[in-house]
Amino acid sequence: MSLLSLQGLTKAYPGVVANDNVSFEIERGEIHALLGENGAGKSTLVKTIYGLVKPDAGSMLLEGAAFAPPEPRAARSAGVAMVFQHFSLFDALNVAENIALGMENPPPLQDVSERVRAVSDQYGLPLDPSRVVGDLSAGERQRVEIIRCLLQDPKLLIMDEPTSVLTPQEVTILFETLRKLAAEGTAILYISHKLEEIRALCDRATVLRMGRVVGACDPRQTSAREMAELMVGAVLQVPEKPEKPAGDVALTLTGLSAPAPHEFGTALRDISLTVRRGEVLGVGGVAGNGQDELVAALSGEMPVGASMVRMGNENIGHLPPNARRALGLCAAPEERNGHAAAPDMTLIENALLTGNVRKGLSSRGFIKWDRARDFAAEIIEKFDVRTPSANNTARSLSGGNLQKFVIGREIMQDPDVLIINQPTWGVDASAAAAIRQAILDLAADGAAVIVISQDLDELMEIADRFAALNEGRMSDPRPAKGLTIDEIGLMLGGSHDMEVSHVDA
Amino acid sequence: MDLSSINPVLLLASLMVAATPILLAAIGELVVERAGVLNLGVEGMMITGAVCGFVVAVGTGSPWLGFIGAAAGGAFLALLFGILTQYLLSNQVATGLALTLFGLGLSALIGQGYIGIKAPSFPDWHIPLLGDIPVIGPIVFQHDPMVYVGLILVAATWWFLHKTQSGLVLRAVGENHDAAHALGYKVTRIRILAIMFGGACAGLGGAYLSLVRVPQWTEGMTAGAGWIALAIVVFAGWKPWRLLLGAYLFGGMTVLQLNLQAAGLAIPVEYLSMSPYLATIVVLVIMSSGRAPGSLGRIFHASR
Repeated sequence: MSLLSLQGLTKAYPGVVANDNVSFEIERGEIHALLGENGAGKSTLVKTIYGLVKPDAGSMLLEGAAFAPPEPRAARSAGVAMVFQHFSLFDALNVAENIALGMENPPPLQDVSERVRAVSDQYGLPLDPSRVVGDLSAGERQRVEIIRCLLQDPKLLIMDEPTSVLTPQEVTILFETLRKLAAEGTAILYISHKLEEIRALCDRATVLRMGRVVGACDPRQTSAREMAELMVGAVLQVPEKPEKPAGDVALTLTGLSAPAPHEFGTALRDISLTVRRGEVLGVGGVAGNGQDELVAALSGEMPVGASMVRMGNENIGHLPPNARRALGLCAAPEERNGHAAAPDMTLIENALLTGNVRKGLSSRGFIKWDRARDFAAEIIEKFDVRTPSANNTARSLSGGNLQKFVIGREIMQDPDVLIINQPTWGVDASAAAAIRQAILDLAADGAAVIVISQDLDELMEIADRFAALNEGRMSDPRPAKGLTIDEIGLMLGGSHDMEVSHVDA
Repeated sequence: MDLSSINPVLLLASLMVAATPILLAAIGELVVERAGVLNLGVEGMMITGAVCGFVVAVGTGSPWLGFIGAAAGGAFLALLFGILTQYLLSNQVATGLALTLFGLGLSALIGQGYIGIKAPSFPDWHIPLLGDIPVIGPIVFQHDPMVYVGLILVAATWWFLHKTQSGLVLRAVGENHDAAHALGYKVTRIRILAIMFGGACAGLGGAYLSLVRVPQWTEGMTAGAGWIALAIVVFAGWKPWRLLLGAYLFGGMTVLQLNLQAAGLAIPVEYLSMSPYLATIVVLVIMSSGRAPGSLGRIFHASR
């Protein structure tokens, strides 16, 4: 008898069927991968198992008994635990308080602290229960979530995209922990789109596409490319990187330092580097090591010393964003809904917001709507943005489509220097390939591009040189070709004192 | 000017009385804001509490029942705010401002027949032993019971927020409502309860004005006390004990400037009248290091 059996689960939202007759089984002690692109219905499915979503039809059996949790508490007490993709932690509370919030009938906080120490020792996940969560690194935050789950002795542990914020060394240790857990009999449902990880970790994989199960495979026997094509349902294009000589220096950073802009931010410390025309500089690093601050300092959102940032021979560190755009420096920040785009404004208005300066979309304070409309339509056509019309709001687009629009908007302005933070975060495989190709094409046309990303495979694919941010400091850039994963891991700051789990399985 | 006419013992004693209405209203708003809701209707709930308390106290002859009525009136008005903002998802700032205007009008309507009547007062009570200590006795231990209710509420709120599981959940809801929802906590229900507690406390604060301090009913008698309570919550960094300090500071300056006016200090009265507001804000700004609850004022909708 399998641990959890899903039978014909169906859930429809207005206009879309998120899960359509989904059935599969999870065995005890198995690491089961759930694969699928964005919008394939993975989240809805795990939310159903965790009691956050009620299915329209179908049923679940947990250890042979009917299982229909009306709320997460019920799922938790039945032995289902979940580590969320976007950590469900409370920044202002400490580790013990955060963990107590995830428990049924928590004991007094001192006892919680004791148990956190015990479990973190047992599984090699060092964590100080009295630290405030807002001060922790992403890897440490994930440990909080995992320990929160482990304290409940789960039968099934659901992990939603757990490695997207970890260094390679941290990933290795996480996998070690998960394998120990599986060996103890805990089933793990592992959701990811990183196929190499799934091949390294999982025993079985179920692939979802458009809400349906389209296949199952043994990830150890199947190539990453085959799985990707099963996910997408089409043949994938791999971006091409043309060889080219490096051009003149386009952007120079000299001793760029800035204090942390807010309490949980990171200070930038003495960053110096040059980027040449035609070059893609990849900046890696675990989230929260100064990426957002670096983008803000480069785009002009956070003014710094005038000579700290230079374009050619011109000091621009003190200039605001629009003045920098006028000089040819464009930026696409990470958060597309709310930062890169105004969610409730139309695509035309969003095109206008950053394109105004370089595309001349207004004169004397009056907007030239026809030109703005043309500009938006051009982006939509060139970058294959799927939307009914340019009059739709940014919020109504799917993540991948909006990301294509946001990146396309900057590229269409023909910048000399382009800064992009997380170009393909939460974007499906085919859209990601298109965005990467567009970045390479822009560089081939002579622009300097800085790509900041946590996806190391992506950086290795498109970057000419690679540098890493660690606690606001930048390592010396090195040619991306020939870098090994171990070298990159050391550049990223190693494993943040993680140790391999030493539980006796 | 005759400074010798100011009796320091009397001054300190009246400080606690002057601070109590603001303290009561502010401790309620602190709980509301720690739950992530910004209710700008404190002034409206206070004045509604003032009139409800007055009407009930006059009708029954009991100031205790009056305070209970005041809490009920304030909680009812707060419930309106809660339904509008938590279920109908209206904007909290606009709804709170409307609540203040509504409360001022409603209280004037209810209180029409009660102008010029005197409220029944608490029977004289004497705290044995403690009340007889020289100097300290008259300053701290010879007040009406509501002064101590206010102090107990501050202590209880601190204990609740930091020592109990329910308090932890309430802080979690205010800090990150999406995460709290994902863990299965009832964000809306917790917030409604916090909002009603805030309304009840504001009502008590209002009734303290109409039943003890003044003690009679006049239209608009809160005169901005609700706004001061709101400001003290922010400047106190959402911490109960600092809030007590802020309220006492404000109460103390109010009493002091009245005494100075009576003593004939050669400063225009307007400057003296503004001094409590200035002093409270300056001191609390200098020592403020608090961080607002993460979800403060944001609309929560389970599907987003």
